[in-house]
Amino acid sequence: MSDEQRLVGIVLVSHSAEVAASVAELAKALSGGGGAVAVAPAGGTASGGFGTSSELVASAAASVDRGAGVAVLTDLGSAVLTVKALLAEGDELPDDTRLVDAPFVEGAVAAVVTASTGADLAAVEAAAAEAYSYRKV
Amino acid sequence: MLDADFFRRWMTATTALVDREAERLTALDSPIGDADHGSNLQRGFTAVSAALGKDAPATPGAVLVLAGRQLISTVGGASGPLYGTLLRRTGKALGDSGEVSKEQLAEALRAGVEAVRTLGGAAPGDKTMVDALVPAVEALGDSFAAARTAAVEGAEATTPLQARKGRASYLGERSIGHQDPGATSAALIFVALEETAGE
Repeated sequence: MSDEQRLVGIVLVSHSAEVAASVAELAKALSGGGGAVAVAPAGGTASGGFGTSSELVASAAASVDRGAGVAVLTDLGSAVLTVKALLAEGDELPDDTRLVDAPFVEGAVAAVVTASTGADLAAVEAAAAEAYSYRKV
Repeated sequence: MLDADFFRRWMTATTALVDREAERLTALDSPIGDADHGSNLQRGFTAVSAALGKDAPATPGAVLVLAGRQLISTVGGASGPLYGTLLRRTGKALGDSGEVSKEQLAEALRAGVEAVRTLGGAAPGDKTMVDALVPAVEALGDSFAAARTAAVEGAEATTPLQARKGRASYLGERSIGHQDPGATSAALIFVALEETAGE
């Protein structure tokens, strides 16, 4: 496998399974050529309720890991804390997994578009974080 | 000295207290949170007790690391990673000694509380579990009973505070007048610790 094909993987963690899955679809659709980027939603609890499941986060991260790093975007509260706890304490996430400080929807689109160009994890993170600066009014 | 069995009984006692107080925790979480704190913690500690019943970790540190991991996996709300980090970091700080002193536990808990503060970004006075944990760990240097009292008083002292972290902080001044559910559940851990030590 060439380096060009080793794209950064994207994980989208939301309290809601539907939100995570829809944002993943939206980001892939808006990124046009983003079809090659592995994007995995990790929404809700394992039993289907609202919340965060560390198992869903870990399996989503493993499923998008192509050896170029994994960028994780979250909505709020326990989603943020769960990813941080996994990163700080555990060995459940692939090496080079990073929690990206970005707005969830806009950041996901920026991350998938950037990852689709073959950019590295730092560039994907920067693009997603930059989405905070797009003012709407 | 405190051995793995002591730590297992501590976690079992915490599970029993969380079971008993689950409705109260959820009631406290209704006006200022999302009314799931009791049921979330109940699910988490039930999993802790089940895991400790199945595996029998040989050291105090391993008991807490296993308990912390269960909480992170099963709670589903913010209290999972917070309590999970508290126990896991405390367990790691205890190392692999077969027995630890109360002083070593106090020192390890200090590292655990520090990790919770780093994770959640909360300081004392923000109306969070930190308001019970910090005074309890300080008082543990004196005695288990002092730690229990400090934790319970710390939790009660959150009532007049305005929340500055978590979902309750969105309520601004409307969070004043309610005892913080996280501080209340944090106190249960120290109530259980004193009960276990007093057996």
